[in-house]
Amino acid sequence: MNSIALSQPVSQSSRQQQALVDPFWLRALLISIAVGFIILFLILPLIIVLLEAFSKGFGAYVSALAEPDTQSAIRLTLLTALLTVPMNTVFGLTAAWAITRFEFRGKSLLTTLIDLPFSVSPVISGLIFVLLFGSQGWFGHWLAEHDVKIIFAVPGIILATLFITFPFVARELIPLMQEMGSEEEEAALSLGASGWLTFFKITLPNIKWGLLYGMLLCNARAMGEFGAVSVVSGHIRGLTNTLPLHVEVSYNEYDFVASFASASILAGLAIVTLILKTILEWKQQRDRQELSL
Amino acid sequence: MSIILSDISKQFGTFTALNHIDLEIPEGELVALLGPSGCGKTTLLRIIAGLERPDSGRVLLNGEDKTEHHASHRGIGFVFQHYALFRHMTVFENVAFGLRVKDRKSRPSEAMIRKKVHTLLELVQLDWLHDRYPDQLSGGQRQRIALARALAVEPSVLLLDEPFGALDASVRKDLRQWLRHLHHDLNVTSIFVTHDQEEAMEVASQVVVLNHGRIEQQGGPSEIYDNPVNSFVSRFIGHTNIIDTEQVDQIWLSSSGLMPTDASQKVAHVRPHDIEVVKDAEIPSQAVLKDWQHLGSLIRIELVETGLQHFKNPIYAEMPNERFKQLQLDRGDQVAVKIRNARWFH
Repeated sequence: MNSIALSQPVSQSSRQQQALVDPFWLRALLISIAVGFIILFLILPLIIVLLEAFSKGFGAYVSALAEPDTQSAIRLTLLTALLTVPMNTVFGLTAAWAITRFEFRGKSLLTTLIDLPFSVSPVISGLIFVLLFGSQGWFGHWLAEHDVKIIFAVPGIILATLFITFPFVARELIPLMQEMGSEEEEAALSLGASGWLTFFKITLPNIKWGLLYGMLLCNARAMGEFGAVSVVSGHIRGLTNTLPLHVEVSYNEYDFVASFASASILAGLAIVTLILKTILEWKQQRDRQELSL
Repeated sequence: MSIILSDISKQFGTFTALNHIDLEIPEGELVALLGPSGCGKTTLLRIIAGLERPDSGRVLLNGEDKTEHHASHRGIGFVFQHYALFRHMTVFENVAFGLRVKDRKSRPSEAMIRKKVHTLLELVQLDWLHDRYPDQLSGGQRQRIALARALAVEPSVLLLDEPFGALDASVRKDLRQWLRHLHHDLNVTSIFVTHDQEEAMEVASQVVVLNHGRIEQQGGPSEIYDNPVNSFVSRFIGHTNIIDTEQVDQIWLSSSGLMPTDASQKVAHVRPHDIEVVKDAEIPSQAVLKDWQHLGSLIRIELVETGLQHFKNPIYAEMPNERFKQLQLDRGDQVAVKIRNARWFH
């Protein structure tokens, strides 16, 4: 979202730059500081991840990834994302719809609460679930009696990820739908369209890029979440380890190739996310320009 | 289709938007809901369309109670103030929308849809824009497309919310006439909301004046203008001079011909064209001509006190251009005033 807000002034200021030409040495200095930082803190770590992953050759890399524990971590990560992204998409749409289209008591409270997962430390978020569903927790006794395992099991990981990622879609949609207003939807209704048709034919086409953007961020976080998941997972290899957890466990066991090979997958995911994010931002910005006409 | 509203009330928090509205609109009329902003006119329109729910009261269309019917089942065409065109669809698809969302039984064939949309676009004289997107159109074009879209589903009632509000003056003038003619051709019962009394008088066959959520008066334009029922309507429609008899000298009143017929009449409303201005050395002057403005066929004259008299506000008189030239009036002249007609309110 920040880059949307920033990219317009930048393009406008390109003309001003001619009037505000700084001396060459200053420009060179500022540019090299910026580029130096990017190399030191972004590119270099990425290269090290790849170098370490391939330090014992391509074969070792492939076999590290083919290991059952790594495979299970990849599967669990995919499963988590596959479940949480659709659920939070539905939740985000519902929340954004309720907040932008209805007037009700406690609306501002709901808007604030949506942001809660962003303001709470992920470790605390994980702990909440342990306190609720752990063996000493509020529902622990009842769960044990009915033989339902949530903490130190897959359901706990999914619950914690759901909690952590639920603001993404809603946060993205609320300002967009506020800007859009409800007149087009009302027009569709007055033309005889049902509520569902109005949503699919009028609302969705107008918010689709924002929605995809929110889903993408939600997905990236769901796959990369460490803190909250670490608290509820119990680190059982092959059972409750997600990819980020697997990176840590392998590293602690001095299995650097496995650790960095897993990390390289996450890094690859980050790069793909970044590219998609840029494309979506570009599309969204184009839509907003249309909107402001 | 006739529209009957009975006892409609609507509250927004502590603000009363509509206060027990009863209104009957006969079939085929072109009605203006006229009032200052915040008088509840748009809310009333949205309640008829089903976009807003009344707190109490019924909405009857053609004698049938539609209060509980969803907006999509009322058969009402609604034109929004800011057009609300679907920005991701072409002009053609915008107009076709209402036909495409019909259920399978009543949906016309693709060929029928094409034919109908093009007929409608020809009706609003914009068929040549059919493959454009809304953001490529001017305000007046968008407004006409919005109208074509609303007409596509053959509504029995057409509602327009400030239809010319966002347009510039010359386009507005053209569209007013055009709407009047269109209504004449289609003869669909139509209601439009406006805060511009000139627009209401020019376009509508019936005018409903609203204020503070209540109906002040309903009637034809000339009736509203010639026989306003109260001081609000008289002030809101057309120009009116308000003369408080308690603040003006009695001699002035009798010499200008403005005499109340009974004691309860305290405030006179006088239309500018009901004031005759005479320049005659024989008659003692009653006012000074401070300024005059050219309004085309009419001249507006601003009259102020001579020193003996005290008016709260200047008095405005209007006379035809020719007469003004005949009288050879000019700024600073001492003039006599004759009031031909006045309406009394207390």
